[in-house]
Parts: sequence; structure tokens; C-alpha cells
Amino acid sequence: MKIIVIGAGVIGTAIARELSKYEVEILLIEKEADVADGTSKANSGIIHAGYNADFDTLKGLMNVKSNPSFDKLCEDLKVPFERNGSLVVGFDEKDLKKLKEKKANGEQNGIEGLEILNRPEILEKEPNINEDAQYALYAPTAGIISPYELTIGYADNAVRNGAEVLLNTKVKDLIIENDKVQGVFTNRGEFKADLIINAAGLYSDKIAKMAGDEFEIHPRKGEYHLFDKVHGGLVNHTLFPMPTETSKGILVLPTVHGNLLIGPNANVINDKDDFSTTSEGLEEVFKGAKKLVPSLPESGVITSFSGLRAALPNEDFHIDFSNNKKALINIVGIQSPGLSSAPAIADKVVEMTKQYVKKNNFEIGQKKDFVGENPEYPHYHHYEENDEVEKWQEIVEQDEKYGEIVCRCEHVSRGEIIDAINRPVPARTIDAIKRRTRASSGRCQAGFCGPRILEILSNHLKIDPLEVTKKGKGSKILKARSKELILAEIEEDSKVGDQ
Amino acid sequence: MQEYNMIVIGAGPAGMAAALEAEKNGMENIIILERDEYIGGILPQCIHNGFGLEYFGEELTGPEYAYEFIDQLDDSKIEVLTETMVLDVNDKKEITALNKQKGVLKLKGKTIVLAMGCRERTRENIRIPGDRPSGILSAGTAQRYTNIEGYMPGEKVVILGSGDIGLIMARRMRLEGADVKAVLEIMPFSSGLVRNKVQCLDDFDIPLKLQHTITRIEGDDRLKRVKVAQVDEDFNSVEGTEEWIECDTLLLSVGLIPENELSKSMGLNLHPVTGGTFVNENRETNIEGVYAAGNVLHVHDLVDWVSEEAEIAGKAAADYINNKLEKREQKIKITPDKNVTYTVPQTIEYTFGDKRFVKVFMRVTEPMEDVEVKFSNNDKEIISYPKKIVMPGEMVTANLPAALVKDEMEEIKVSIVKKVGENNG
Amino acid sequence: MAKNDIICTGCPKGCRVTVEVEDDEIVNVEGYECPTGREYAINEYKNPTRILPSTIRVKKGEFPLVPVKTAKPIPKSLLIKAMDVIAKTKVKAPIKIGDVLIENILDTGVDIVATRNIDKELEV
Repeated sequence: MKIIVIGAGVIGTAIARELSKYEVEILLIEKEADVADGTSKANSGIIHAGYNADFDTLKGLMNVKSNPSFDKLCEDLKVPFERNGSLVVGFDEKDLKKLKEKKANGEQNGIEGLEILNRPEILEKEPNINEDAQYALYAPTAGIISPYELTIGYADNAVRNGAEVLLNTKVKDLIIENDKVQGVFTNRGEFKADLIINAAGLYSDKIAKMAGDEFEIHPRKGEYHLFDKVHGGLVNHTLFPMPTETSKGILVLPTVHGNLLIGPNANVINDKDDFSTTSEGLEEVFKGAKKLVPSLPESGVITSFSGLRAALPNEDFHIDFSNNKKALINIVGIQSPGLSSAPAIADKVVEMTKQYVKKNNFEIGQKKDFVGENPEYPHYHHYEENDEVEKWQEIVEQDEKYGEIVCRCEHVSRGEIIDAINRPVPARTIDAIKRRTRASSGRCQAGFCGPRILEILSNHLKIDPLEVTKKGKGSKILKARSKELILAEIEEDSKVGDQ
Repeated sequence: MQEYNMIVIGAGPAGMAAALEAEKNGMENIIILERDEYIGGILPQCIHNGFGLEYFGEELTGPEYAYEFIDQLDDSKIEVLTETMVLDVNDKKEITALNKQKGVLKLKGKTIVLAMGCRERTRENIRIPGDRPSGILSAGTAQRYTNIEGYMPGEKVVILGSGDIGLIMARRMRLEGADVKAVLEIMPFSSGLVRNKVQCLDDFDIPLKLQHTITRIEGDDRLKRVKVAQVDEDFNSVEGTEEWIECDTLLLSVGLIPENELSKSMGLNLHPVTGGTFVNENRETNIEGVYAAGNVLHVHDLVDWVSEEAEIAGKAAADYINNKLEKREQKIKITPDKNVTYTVPQTIEYTFGDKRFVKVFMRVTEPMEDVEVKFSNNDKEIISYPKKIVMPGEMVTANLPAALVKDEMEEIKVSIVKKVGENNG
Repeated sequence: MAKNDIICTGCPKGCRVTVEVEDDEIVNVEGYECPTGREYAINEYKNPTRILPSTIRVKKGEFPLVPVKTAKPIPKSLLIKAMDVIAKTKVKAPIKIGDVLIENILDTGVDIVATRNIDKELEV
């Protein structure tokens, strides 16, 4: 049986990985140059406890079901994850009432450990919090994760277990015959399958429409500031303000890599490809974050970015078979808590697939040789964090490329970059290297390591240095070799001269 | 753990000069650790003229200036390890470094010279909103590509920042065949040398837009254009002045930041104005035997002063090892006063011995003409030096004579004031 | 009569010196605040020259480029043409500082010399 999954974000890759436990052929199709290139790389990186969404919503259910599975999942996939707990911070009695409601909602959802904290308890947990904070809902099961590393971990594991990933491949249309989706048309040819799973994120409505299923995604932009690790200790838990109808608000949280992250705001926009940051948006994020942590340092921001929530008008997830055509599952509207819900969504889709299989007299058995664990790639900064730097000596003795530090700010060696290029889903761009190794994500933002990473990519992918890109397609780093522009102009002038 | 009398971190002009001066003063067992594959620091990529007028009395290019020291290093007993990245230093002067042939290195120095130089401020630091395409890089990284690696990072260039690096790269890109559309400067004046403005911009009709900045970056994959606006004295955009400039490359020359992560890991605090460590007249930090010199201490504009500063550190380190130094009973503070942004050093902590003066480096807060650089104590002038013109972009140096410094002095203030009495017409 | 504004680069003041010319003769120079300014402006008007720093592509070298400069200033008007000549040139390693890599560029009598030592590339 052949299954195509459209979209290699955290949802698509989670589905591919769970399906790869079965004896099916999986083709994961992604239009960008790497997995996790859409919303999955630009979000808060939070594993929500699950008290926020109402129980009778699909997103509430998926979030709650997924939360406990992250420890084992991240251990297996080798993804950084920490259950640092979260606080929703209130400033008065009105807020307290709402916090109690959220607590009750959470308890109804089956969440354990929820507590209402008072001022001294809050200040003990968070010394830098706004002194006016009066009450907080504490959720110990909330966590922080690297969302793109989770996506890459899922994707690598799926490939290890037989799935195929096609990058730079855009679905232009569905192949439909006899009211059944038979495959996809892409910019790289046709691919046939017995079941197509639409996990195309921001464009899942567009894909669904190809089968006549009407959805409208209204992208909602959220902007973020990431601070230098030197500020990473400003807060310990993920801090939320009081939530609104449409947004959990502007947060202040540590990242699993030790940075400090603030954001997101929430602004509806029209353009699904507009990932730009705005000065108003970034100001808004700063203002909002300062309400929680007034001592936020003005300088110290090492990067700002924005992500788009793929929101449906009813604000819930949609995970269902197509109403119009057979052999299509649409997954639409996966906004927050999408990342937190990935495991349960993947499980649900696997169940749906089994349903479909039964109905259509297919056979899919479980793989006996499924390998659930990803290998641990050596990272120098891990050894540093664990105070085991001497042990890195053995790694260098096996391969001297691990003895050459390329990214000075994040302490990443040449060997680690080459590992990223050689992973099951290979890193082929500067950004893909960044996501797998952290190289170029530090203080100097590739000022030092940029030329070195470019040279490594060129050597190992055996491509011209001029072809190396930041994030695929036309995002080349270099224009020409030295003197080529001058020589080209001399050519031009001589041609004109001849005329 | 391998022990050395001196471990120098960085084989740029500061590191090389410090090591050489230490050896000249009798020190042995010196090693320089350099992360790049060649030595010279930033100098090999600074292929333009303008180095060495003060130090050598002749104008040299960056690589030539570096060579003067590299040549001396070759003749010395100083060990130099390239492709070696120092990853940690602690307050016990123990260094952890990584080298591809030797693996993890643990070294201990009786003295350490911090000579790590500086990094460039990024687009993200100054928070220019918009897309995140390729084609945006710091002027220094572009310079590495054009002068060392052998590539042109772009063809239609806009440069933000008219300090010397921005001006130099404007000419460089133009000469290498690019179309440099404009150099933008947020201040009402350029902080670069007049010579550079003339020879890099005017010579090539490259427009310099003062009091302008970039308010937005656009480009899906590669940079397509930048939005430029005029700003007022408070750096706010002036309404109605915004316009787009089409380009495929944006070079940022928006400031240098001393690279002090290792200093911080030693527990050293950083001076809020210089961004470097606090130092005494020996360029010694708050940890005895640990020195800092060059751009890691404060950003210089002339490499000549870097060498002089590093030599102060090198000699002091040799004296330290040979127990030739005597601490004062009471530190003397050196405090920046009228119109002085900062001074290096910030304290005098040792007796002078045979030293005849303390070389003080400083910067003025704004351009001034016909001034006096004045050292004073308790409102009494110690000594002053006349200067025709001073600018924030050109470091001022002045010698404080040892003979005029009394042990009882607790604080010496340094100010730069308009000369009084002389005709100012 | 033509007025030419020249910025003196002798010191940070950057005085704007005006050189007035009539019938190809300098008739007046004003705006300078020291003798350097006057001399600089006259020279810059009559025959502006520049040192040209650049790079030349290297064959079989440890680095792909060698930094170079004109050994003396050359007429400003020849800079771009000089870059063209440099662009067409390739030199072979090893190279020593001071080596003449292009003799007598554009008939100016000025050589283009290397400013860095470039060793031969390591045999792999």
C-alpha cells in the first residue's frame, strides 16, 4: 500500500513516522528545501499542559492525549525537551476567577498537578516576574521543546524506517479519477498512491479545495524576539498572561537551548507567504512581554522572526476524510496547540488509515524491524553542558573533523555539520544546517561561520559554492567568483563596441 | 595540563604584539592560540592602505602590517597553534581549547592575554523588520568573501553605516564590479575618516545619505529591496521620506562589539561603555596576570594603537612573571570627565618603577576643535595637551607623566575642553 | 571660470577648499585652514592620484587570491581600467610580499605588487 503525506511540518512528519511502523510505502512530499520550514519552525516551542482548550474541542482532546508521550518520544528521537512547567499570571480577582475556570477545565481534561499559586509562591518560582502578579495557574506538566528538531527527528526516523522524503516538491494538483484521489501532480512529476494525507499546514485548504472540500485558512501572524543565552535565566517556567479568545497572549519563556524567547502577538494577515516581522509587531511583543517581566533587557536580542498560525474560522482542528473524494484525509487548521498535539494527531490519522484499509480490503501489517530510536549524533555543546569535555577527545580521535570548531558562538564542529548533511533527511542549506546543529544561530548570526559552512556544503554536496543557498530556491549566498562581474562587463562593453 | 608562562588568545595584531613584547622582556614559554587557519587576525583581509603611519612611520596595507609581526614571530621561540578554538577559560587561568590534530587541549597560563578582537553588530541586533532573505551580511563577512575566499557576495549593493568598514567596502564592491547604490548613515555625520569618504564614495559617485536608515527589508529568497527613510535627531523616521531602493545585497557596518564571552566565563565584568574588561595601566584585568589588549578591550580605529596597547600588556606580563611589579597601597582611579566617553585604563594600580608615563586612551563625546586634553586631580590641573581637532571616531591618546602622579591622589579626571583664552576665530 | 570644490583629506577637519580655474590656469585657492590644505587641493585638482588596493587570482596557491596594491599612486582616472587589467590577470604561487605581479600598469610607470606571502597549495 502506498501513502502520500503532503507537508513535512511537525504534523506530516509525525504521521509519516507513525505510519512507518507499518508495512506501507510512504512518500512525504514537501515544497520547501527542508522539513519544518513553515509554521513548525516559527512558534513558541511549547508543549502545553492542555488546560486551555475546551474539552469538547478536538484540539483540547489532542493536546491532552499527547502531553504524557513527549518524554519517551523525545528520548527515542533524541530531541531536546524539558518539562519546565508553566504559569498563567493574573493580576486581580477577575483574573483569579478565570484562572480557577481554566484549572477546572484542565482537571476535567484529566490534567494532574494544576495549582493556583499566590504572590509569594509565584515570586519564589519566578524572582523576576512583575511584582504586581497576584495569582497564577501553575501547570507542572507543561514543557518546552525544539519544534523543528522534533520535526526533523520524526522525519529522520520515518526515513530510517523506509519512508521517502521529497523536498523542493510542490503539489500542484490532485490526481482524481472516479471520485477517488489517486495521487498528486507536482513540479517534479506525478506520484500515485492508495491514500493521500493532506497535512499541508497553511496551504492545507488549497490542497483540500483540489478535492472540492471547502476550507478557509486565515493566517494569523505571531512575531517573536529571541534573546542571547546570557538572559536565558531570567525566567524558569513558561509565563503566560491571561488568555484572550483568540490567543494565549505574549509569553516570556526559556528555550530548551538556554535562550530567552518572547512572543507571539497575533495579527490576521492576508498573505500566507508573509513571514516578515514588522516594527509595530516587534514593539507590541516587547511591550506585552514587559508586563510579565519588567526587567526584560532592551538589548540582547539576537534574532527576531515570525510564524503564521493556520487558523480556521471555528478555531479548532479539522482531521477527517474528505467529504467529496475517496482516499483523502484532510488535516486543516492546526494552530496552537498543534505542536503539543502532534503525537495524538498522528495516532488518530493512523487509526483512520487502518479504518480505510479495512474498508477497502487492504492489508497492512506491522513492521517487525521498526526502529523507534534515532541515533545520538555527537554535539560538542552537549558535552560542554554535561561537563564532559574530556570525553570529546575520543570523538576527535576517531575523526579529526570533530576537532575543528566552525561555529564559534554555539561551539559546533565541522564533524557535526557533516553529520547534518549526511542525515536521513539531509541538510542541504545553511538554514537546514542551523536547525540540526545550531551553527549560525548564535550572537554573530553567521558572521564568522557563514563562509565556512558554505564551503562545507559545497564540498560535501559536490555543488558549486555559488549554488549554496540559505533556504533553497533562489536564496543563494554568493553572486559570482572574484573578477567575474568585471570580466562580464568587459565582455558586454566589447560587444557594444563591436556594434 | 600543559603549562605556559603566557597563553595569548588570538594571533591578530594585539596577540602578536603582546607575545613579542613579552619575549623581548625576557619571557619564555609563550603560546598563541588562533582559531583561523592563518594568523594576522582581521588584517589579512584589510587589503587597503592606512596602517602603520604612527607605528612604523609608513603607510602599509593590512597584510603588510601583519607581516611585520608575523616575520618577527617566525624568528621567535613563541609557539603558534592555528585552527585552535579556545572554548573556555576559568578564573584559575585554565584554558580548554579544541584543535583538530590534538583534540581537546587543556592549558594553564601563568599569564593570559585576551586578544580575541571583536564581532560585528547584526541586523537582528538593530532590529530591522521585514523578511529574512539571503543577501544580508555584515561588511566584515563580505570583506572576507571578496578578499580571502574569492567571491562576490552580491551585485547591487546598499550599505548601512558609514564608518570606515562601510566606506571601505563600498569602494571594494564597486571596484570589483558591483553597483553600490548608496551608503546610509543614521547620524548627521560620517564616523569614518574624511579620506575614506573622499576616496571610497566621492571618487565613485556613490551617494552618502546622512540621517537615513533602513526601515524594512523585503525579499522572499534573496534580498529584493530595502525601505529607506530619513530620520530626525531622535532617530525617528520622518514621515513622507520613505522610499524603496532595489538591491540584492545589504552590507551592515553598524558597529563592533568586543568579543568577551571568554572573559565573562572567567568571571570578569565588562565596562558598560567600552564593552571590554576593566583594566589598570598595565592593561591587566581584575584577575592578576590576565591582560586584555586590542579590540577585545575597546574598539580601536588605528591598528597602531592596538600594537602599542598590546605591548604595554606584554611587558607587564613579563614583569609580573619576573616579580618586578609592586602594587600601590592605594589604587588611583582614572575617571572620564567633561566630553570624554571613556578612558582605558580605568585605574593605576602599580608603582611606576622605571615607567615614565601612563598611556591613556580615550574618546571624545562629539567633534570639537581647538581643545585641550586635561588631566586633573581635585580640580587642579596635572597636565594638558592641545589638540586641533578631536572626533568620536578617532581615538585620542595622551601620556600621563609618572612624575606628576602623586601617591596620595585617589582620582585623576580626564576631560577634553575648548581652549580658553586663545583666539577662537 | 570654474570653481572646483575639493575636500582636503590631510586631517579630520576635512576643509572644503575651492580651486578657481580660468583658461586652464589656477587663479585662486581658498577655504583651507593650513598649508597642507592648499597644496593638497592644488595637487588634487591638477592631477588626482590614488593608491589602488586590490586582489589578483592565484593559481595553485594556499589561498585563491593575493592582495596587491599599486606601488605608488596612479591617476584617479585610470582606477577602473586598472581593475580591468587586474581582473584578467592570474598569478602562480608561491608569491612573496613586494613581488611585482603586473609591471607598469597602463603605462603609468607604476607596478602592482603583492602585499602578502602566498605559499603553494599543499599537495593532497
